[in-house]
Amino acid sequence: MADNSKDVATPTGGAVEPDTRPTPVDHDIERNPGAPFAPEMFERHPVNLPAARRRSATLPSRRSIKKQWQAAWLVNAIQCIDLTTLAGDDTRERVGRLCAKAKRPLAAHILKGLGLNGMPVTTGAVCVYPTMVAHAVQFLSGSGIPVASVATGFPAGLMPLKLRLAEIRYAIDQGASEIDIVISRELVLKGKWSQLYDEVAQMRETCGSARLKTILATGELKTLRNVYAASMTAMQAGADFIKTSTGKEGVNATLPVSLVMARAIRDYMDATDYRVGFKPAGGLKTSKDALCWQILMKEELGRDWLRPRLFRIGASSLLGDIERQLEHFVTGRYADSSRHALA
Amino acid sequence: MNTIIDILTDLDYGTAPEDPSIVNAWLERHAQGFGHFIAGQFTEAGETFPVLNPATGKTIAKAAQGNSADVDLAVSAARKAQPAWASLGGHDRAKHLYAIARHIQQHSRFLAVLETIDNGKPIRESRDIDIPLAVRHFYHHAGWAELIESEFPDSKPHGVCGQIIPWNFPLLMLAWKIAPALAAGNTVVLKPAEYTPLSALAFAEIATEAGLPDGVVNIVTGDGQTGAALAGHGGINKVAFTGSTDVGRAIRKQTAGSGKSLTLELGGKSPFMVFADADLDAAVEGVVDSIWFNQGEVCCAGSRILAAESVAPQFERLLRRKLATLRAGDPLDKSTDIGAIVHPEQLERVRKLVEQGIAEGARLHQGTVPSGCFFPPTLVTDVQPASVLATEEIFGPVATLTTFRTPDEAVALANNTRYGLAASVWSENINLAIDIGAKVKAGVVWINCANLFDAGAGFGGYRESGYGREGAREGMSAYLKTPTPETETPEETPEAPKPTPAGKVAPGDIDRTAKLYIGGKQSRPDGGYSYAVFGKTGPVGLAGLGNRKDVRNAVEAAAKVDGWGAQTGHNRAQVLYYLAENLSARRSEFETRLESFGQDAKSASREVDVSIRRIFWYAAQADKFDGAVHQTKSSHVTLAMNEPIGVMGIACPTTQPLLGFVSLVLPAIAMGNRVIAIPSQTHPLAATDFYQVIETSDMPAGVINIVTGERDALAETLAGHDAVDAVWYFGTREGGMKTEHASAGNLKQTWVEDGAARNWTSAEGQGRVFLHHATQIKNIWIPYGE
Repeated sequence: MADNSKDVATPTGGAVEPDTRPTPVDHDIERNPGAPFAPEMFERHPVNLPAARRRSATLPSRRSIKKQWQAAWLVNAIQCIDLTTLAGDDTRERVGRLCAKAKRPLAAHILKGLGLNGMPVTTGAVCVYPTMVAHAVQFLSGSGIPVASVATGFPAGLMPLKLRLAEIRYAIDQGASEIDIVISRELVLKGKWSQLYDEVAQMRETCGSARLKTILATGELKTLRNVYAASMTAMQAGADFIKTSTGKEGVNATLPVSLVMARAIRDYMDATDYRVGFKPAGGLKTSKDALCWQILMKEELGRDWLRPRLFRIGASSLLGDIERQLEHFVTGRYADSSRHALA
Repeated sequence: MNTIIDILTDLDYGTAPEDPSIVNAWLERHAQGFGHFIAGQFTEAGETFPVLNPATGKTIAKAAQGNSADVDLAVSAARKAQPAWASLGGHDRAKHLYAIARHIQQHSRFLAVLETIDNGKPIRESRDIDIPLAVRHFYHHAGWAELIESEFPDSKPHGVCGQIIPWNFPLLMLAWKIAPALAAGNTVVLKPAEYTPLSALAFAEIATEAGLPDGVVNIVTGDGQTGAALAGHGGINKVAFTGSTDVGRAIRKQTAGSGKSLTLELGGKSPFMVFADADLDAAVEGVVDSIWFNQGEVCCAGSRILAAESVAPQFERLLRRKLATLRAGDPLDKSTDIGAIVHPEQLERVRKLVEQGIAEGARLHQGTVPSGCFFPPTLVTDVQPASVLATEEIFGPVATLTTFRTPDEAVALANNTRYGLAASVWSENINLAIDIGAKVKAGVVWINCANLFDAGAGFGGYRESGYGREGAREGMSAYLKTPTPETETPEETPEAPKPTPAGKVAPGDIDRTAKLYIGGKQSRPDGGYSYAVFGKTGPVGLAGLGNRKDVRNAVEAAAKVDGWGAQTGHNRAQVLYYLAENLSARRSEFETRLESFGQDAKSASREVDVSIRRIFWYAAQADKFDGAVHQTKSSHVTLAMNEPIGVMGIACPTTQPLLGFVSLVLPAIAMGNRVIAIPSQTHPLAATDFYQVIETSDMPAGVINIVTGERDALAETLAGHDAVDAVWYFGTREGGMKTEHASAGNLKQTWVEDGAARNWTSAEGQGRVFLHHATQIKNIWIPYGE
């Protein structure tokens, strides 16, 4: 994030250099190549939980987004959603319905009411299990919507590394262009950061040109210091995104955890100049949540982290709530989901 | 164009204004001007002054300029209502306070919008902080009202309280003043600040709606003259003031000798200390919650940021980034961080100070603000401790950033101020954080947090930040009095010491010279004069005639032994028991001395006996006068620690020359203070004999210093000494007045009583009240969780 506080020239000191870096758009945000393993960047990094909680508790009340601004921010949220199904009973048809919703997340009359009928509003991606990737690719063909696949023994990750890497290759073979991997929580809990770095680095290498989203499973790392350290290790190992949760832990994305991950992203950028994306997943269900997390991104990281290139929301039911809110905005009447297409 | 497609490009927040129409309509209804609220009725407005919305510069109301006749009316209404209010009993007063809390809650948005329009503070803050805290204060004190008879037995309300509040948190400060006063059974006359009278007037309507009896709360609006008329009014028993140190000082002088109880919550220049192992991001948010909160118009704001050299550059970088994201502007907009400065006069004051700082070489880093009555959030670097920006309370969103090398230096810089309201300490090392919390001279210490408030914790300062606490048990006790003994025959001014030969002194074996006792050494008085001490029939000895320089030397000696207060209570108790042991061993000598003053044998023996027991009692208390852990927020420990006040001057009554001295000096030193005692002017030789007991009792040099001589002159010197933190004066009315008046210099605490009122031999001569006067409470907030 740029330091653009205004400096007032004084008799003793001139203004500090302004940040002249251009604001990047999606295509010129360079991919994080990773960095050498550097535990000094996180090992003694303090994170104060009560302070993170205070910041998180007031964040939604410090910024209020209303009326057409709210509508626009909710449309933006849709464009950042990784519309997800990760259930044992997923089928080709279920994935098909999801993909249809990803392509047309809003009913036509809502789009029209928002003045967006010319604009292709889609979700950021569709996220499925590896065996569903081929179906999703087929359903999304021509839409430009990427297919993300979980891999590496999702959600627990307790498989031999060789198999985890093989699963990444399989998903890519099936057509996935984004891979959501899980880290070995054991390595965090035992403080084996270097080994964690090596594993993620191998996963990154295996991904090739596919984007690597690293799921930290923060609900199982428990402490915010662990979250910060795991975030930094994953970014050093070349993660394109760091992601909070599988959606299967007892506690999934929370604002304090997201705050700490956002600050890790900022610190990594300060040290390397590379911008890493953030993906909260699990637990974001309401339009209010979507606004909260976007406010967090804008306040802590800046406008760039409101683009799908650097921000995704892993969610399934969130879209329905957003659609209801947007219909309310358009019609002035409170909406009911029975009138919107199911995902 | 604000079409959705446009907004999607930049994703601005847009505008989210709170609708003020309901409040505007209320103001419209009162367009003819607000009168005072006296005896349950609004008066005719009469002479008025305009009330501004600082964000727009528009006049939004007219309020009455209170004169002395208005104050008279209000005080007599409060006086009339007070007996019935007090005799209602705790439970019925609790019901009234509960109803007030409820009604404020029911009108919460109305009050939030009104506060924002009147004061300029962001609606988020009035809505989420000011009003909820005010509600909480009334609920909490409804509880105290309910419990008052059982929790504060033998206490009585003062009577009528005159309360003067500032403009930075108008309704919240009203709540802090009115809730405890009413809970205790007092009635009040409150004067809101001239800039921001509206929420107090709305409160009057709400209290009426909630059924508060007429005259219990009276509101008189006006400027400083109105406030002076109130503070100086003969019909009030207690003055409570929150505001600037200068006005606090004036009120101290004005009320000197009046017998009014006084609590002052004054200015601050509080340190915000960031250690190398702190969570810097958390500390940045702490600064936002501190000096960039409420436009920096916060008495306890951490306006002096002190950062460890090793992290200062990074911390500065983070702060400057933060500056760029703060949104200043329309206070009614729900996304505004920094609202309007309360009044153009205040803006001008802030600007002038900042310009002066620039002239001294300071460098500014600022956010942006719209034109009008706004001042940008500001970080100042290249600022030295002597700079006006580092020493003066600015009351604007201006923080200075300086560095320290070691924890010791951090403490030295933190305490390098005449204030002592609050401190914020940031470190992930609990050993360090609590050590710093203990060493910093401030009434409130926030560890890894800033500006946390709760009715269940005490708030108030050390040094020139005032005295008295608001909130919690300690705040309640400021609105109650333990009935002080009264006497028909007040102490008479003793005859002036005669520094000339006095005639034949009753013979002893070998001539003894009573000296002063300073810094553990017997020393001759600087002036080189002595005065005669008389017994029943004539002079019985000579005492040194101490002067200003002796007081100065004694204060210097006392200031040096700051380790005494840091010792364990157990260790202090050991020394105190030893004093008793040695006094007991020499009891006959002391009895003889007292008899030489004209006491009969029985009374002399009893005085020595009670003195020994009293020393035992305070030795026993030395490790038992505990603080408390307040219940505030979840996952927070809020410690209320009793700390010694520091260096105390104690002027003893003429009566009971040994026991009076022991009864006053012992509680002070038991709690860890160092003392300069002026013993009985007429019979100081019992106290000077006592230094030989001190010398044999392992008492560290300088803890007790004794200066004999003309009490009132010495007491006034002590009261005027800036390195003395408190003065107790037990003597004449006039001497008490002089002491209180002189104490205004550094706003030291005073305790003044008639020297003849207390029967020192009885239970009146000792008790917890002495310990309360010998301590001040530091509230330390420690949020926890990993």
